[in-house]
This record gives sequence, C-alpha cells and structure tokens, in this order.
Amino acid sequence: MEKLSNLSYKNQRIFIILLFSLVPVALLLTFSYLPVFKMFQYSFTSWNGFSKNMEYVGFENYKTIFTKPEYFAVFKVSLYYFGATFVQMGLALYFATILSFNVRLKNWFKGILFFPTLLNGVAIGFIFLFFFKPEGTLNTLLDLFGLGAWQQKWLLNPHLINISLAFASVWRYMGMNFIIFLGAISSIGGDIYEASEIDGANRWHQFKHIIIPSIKRILQLNLILAVSGAIGVFEIPYVMTGGSNGSGTFVIQTVDVAFKYSKLGLASAMAVVLLGIVVIVTILQRVLIKEEK
Amino acid sequence: MHTIKYSAASFFKYLTLVIGALAALVPIIVVLFASLKTNTEYASTGPLTMPENWLNFSNYTKAFVDGKMLLGFMNTIIIVIISIAGATLTGSMMAYILARFKFKGSKLLIGAFLLATLIPGVTTQVATFQIINAMGLFNTRWAPILMYLGTDIIAVYIFMQFLDSISESLDESAMLDGASYWTIYSRIILPLLSPAIVTVIIVKGVNIYNDFYTPFLYMPKSSLQVVSTALFKFKGPYGSQWEVICAAIMIAIIPTLVVFVSLQKYIYNGFAQGSVK
Repeated sequence: MEKLSNLSYKNQRIFIILLFSLVPVALLLTFSYLPVFKMFQYSFTSWNGFSKNMEYVGFENYKTIFTKPEYFAVFKVSLYYFGATFVQMGLALYFATILSFNVRLKNWFKGILFFPTLLNGVAIGFIFLFFFKPEGTLNTLLDLFGLGAWQQKWLLNPHLINISLAFASVWRYMGMNFIIFLGAISSIGGDIYEASEIDGANRWHQFKHIIIPSIKRILQLNLILAVSGAIGVFEIPYVMTGGSNGSGTFVIQTVDVAFKYSKLGLASAMAVVLLGIVVIVTILQRVLIKEEK
Repeated sequence: MHTIKYSAASFFKYLTLVIGALAALVPIIVVLFASLKTNTEYASTGPLTMPENWLNFSNYTKAFVDGKMLLGFMNTIIIVIISIAGATLTGSMMAYILARFKFKGSKLLIGAFLLATLIPGVTTQVATFQIINAMGLFNTRWAPILMYLGTDIIAVYIFMQFLDSISESLDESAMLDGASYWTIYSRIILPLLSPAIVTVIIVKGVNIYNDFYTPFLYMPKSSLQVVSTALFKFKGPYGSQWEVICAAIMIAIIPTLVVFVSLQKYIYNGFAQGSVK
C-alpha cells in the first residue's frame, strides 16, 4: 500500500470511499434490489422458470390469489401464529421483569429460558414432532399428572394442529423477546426504583408505571414485527408436517408453487402480496412510533 | 401479615420460574433420554424414562455415520468462516467510511442499506433463485455464502456505534506520521473494533448455523449438505427409529450448547445490541 500513501489525502479519500463501498454496494444491488425488481416483473407473467419466452398475463396471477380460496386460506393459518405472539411476549415480559430484580440462581434461569432461541430450526421441528407424537412427551406428561383424558393426537387433529405448531413457535422465540426486554429493562436506572419505593410503590406499581412506559417503544416494535413474523413462518411447520392437514403457511405455499409446480409467475405475485403486507405494517409501525415521541 | 403475603408472592415467583425452566428443558431432555436408549428399550419405555445405560452412544455413531454429519459440519464450517470473515470486513469498511468521511451520497447509502433490510428475504427468494441460477452458482457453496455476505445494516450500525467511541484524534495523529487511510483502517480501527467484531461474529454465526431455508433451496446436492439439511434428511427413512433421529438432533445441538456456555456474556450483549435497532 505504499502507492496509496503517495497520493494526497484528498485523492486517498475518494479512492478509499470507492474501494470500501464497491463490494457491499454490488452485493446490495444484486441480492436486494435486483430480486425485488425481477419479482415484480415475473408477477405479471405466466413464466415456468425455464422456458425462453415469458408470456405477460397482466393481473391474472393477482386475481388467482385473491379469488381462489385455497390461496387465500393460508392467511388464516398466520392468525394462529399472530395470536401466539401475544402469549410469547406476555411470557417474555413476565420473566424479564422478575429476573431483572433479585432472584436466586438468576443467571441459570436467564440462560435456560434464552437457550431454545439459539437452537437449529430443523432440530426444533424434530424435538416437537417427538413432543407431540401420540405416545410422545406431552401425552405421557398428561398421563403422569392424572390428566390422561386430555390426551390428543396433537398433529393429526385439524383443529389442534396449528395450535400445536404455534406452541412450538412460542417455545422457540420466547427467549429472543425475553432477552430484548431484559436488556431494555436493565437500562432503567436503579435510582428510579429506589425513589418509587420511598413513595410506597410496590412491584406492580413499579411494573405499571416505570417498566412498561420505559420499554413501550420496544414493545410496539416487537408487536408489529410479529405480523411479518406470522406471515413468514416456514421452518417449524415445514419440518413437522410439510404443510399438510391445513398447516401450510404462506411461505410454504410460495415455495411449493415456485419450485414444485414451476409456476414462477404466480409465486412471484404471491411474494409481491407478502411484501406489500410487510411494507404496510412497517409504515404503520413508523407512524405509531412517531406518535409516541 | 406482610411477611406471609411477601413469601406467597416469592413462592409464586419461583414456582413460575421453575415451570418456565422445565418447559424450556423438558422437550430437549426427553430427546437426550431417547438418544441413549437401545431400540428395544425405546420401544418398551416411555419418553420420560431415563436410559438404562448413560454411555450407550451407538445411536450417535449410527446417526453420525449414516447421516454423514461430518460432511455437514465441514460444509457448515466452510460457509460460516468465509461468510463471517467477508461480512465483518465489508461491514467494518462500510462503517469506517460512513462514520469518518462526510461525502455526497453517504446518507443515500445508509438509506439504501436500511431499506434493503425492510425487504424480508423470504419474499424475494423466487427471483433471487433465478439470479443465483443465472450466475451459475446453484448447487455451489458460493450461493449461500454470497447471500450471507450481504452487508446488513445492523452490523454496520454496531460498528458505527463503536467507531464513535474511538477518538478521531487517533486517526489524525497517525496522519501526521504519514499513514494512509488504509493503514489507519487496518492498523488502528480494525483492532480497536474487536469487541464489536465478536458481537457481529456471534449473531451472524448463530443465524448461519441455524439457517435451513437457504441451503435447502440453493444447495440440494447431497455432497453440499450442511448441518440443517443433513438433519432434515432423517425425516422419512428413519421414521421408525426415533432413537437415531434423537441422537442426530443432539449432534446438531451440542455445538450450540458448547458455544453458549463458553460465550454466554458476549451472546447476551450481541443479541441485545443486534435486535434493538
């Protein structure tokens, strides 16, 4: 790099800015912006992915998605995961609150509650297949506690399958919310609690008037991210059920339509719809959080 | 009266913590139990029964050999190392020029990276697939590597935050000694960024190790299997041999456990920093 130091600092600056941004910008354009552009283009065609010429079909693909019930039904599945997010965040908030005060074996509990989030998605899928098997962990546990009558075929019953899968999803992501909340709560200064205790506040008061307002922004952010999270569910149902028995999610369907049935145009239109939902949700989030300030 | 109420609340608190911990652990522990049982033992005992012989590793050997897990680990390690090294380098370079130089288009650049993270990766997969295919990278390790390499704004932000705490007078005094910007970046900035680099390595490393979607879609060739896809292959052919599947699950989990126990502190910080934008 001797040559570089011979240049004036002004020229060096230009050179280093160009050099350092070249690769990141090239990657950004190729793998973020070009796909979006292509996706819109494909969504108006009936392309199968390999034929040389693409036939433009206008809004035909979009019409299919919104008029054929089998395409739209997957959004109902998302509602289970969206609902589960509230359970997940409630639990995360509860554990984060009690573990931010003095508790014995605090670090052990923190570690154990957080650990599931770090696990491989495929491994989690298998763990819960084992958990929900007819003669699996859950039914054995129910028997142990004298609740044998509650035993179910958790993954075969179409009324229970999505609840079971959403439960696995809560198990997987609760730790993530937990650690984020824990970080947010720990950034609240200790003197505020002390002052409130002098004023006679109990734990509930502290939770309601100190903790909740301080982490409101992160709470909102997580709630809104839950929408795109609920639509983007893939691994757990794909590994556990392959999307059968009414457990198919939007992403499973898109992958199937694109790569199993080679309907790339239709799959792209589905992806555009998905992107549209996420964009709306993001704008909503911006507006809501700005109002807060 | 007060103490009774207090201890009741305290009892409730510990009770919920223990239930929470059991809920997190039991699904994994039963898999550990099953992985150490023999085939007949598995068939005749319930999932909550402990294995007779805690040192029966025959299922592990079987899963490791039949599932070609070694190959999975090798491919995963290659992909993780190249992607992380590249992502750290490009991320820190981006952060360096954005934090230290004010130039036309720097705002636009940040905006472009930010906007890109708002596009969920799963939505554009169909089109990305065509691009990877056109580049001739389908069924090569370069497909996932290139996709993981993409600089993410979270890493850039973490680096920029750290750069703010590194005094610019350090840069200036180096410039008085005639150091080039490249020398400043590589000899001064990069070493001082190491805590941030550890954070980025952990967060990205965990994500890549656990990713299933990308290798499953872009590297179906069995010689390119990673840990996730190797594990997925146990579905089907081993349907009746859950003790072997359980061993395979444990094989995939053990590295995570080791990393977690040894790097706990960094992992907590990393995730807290990485997720709260």
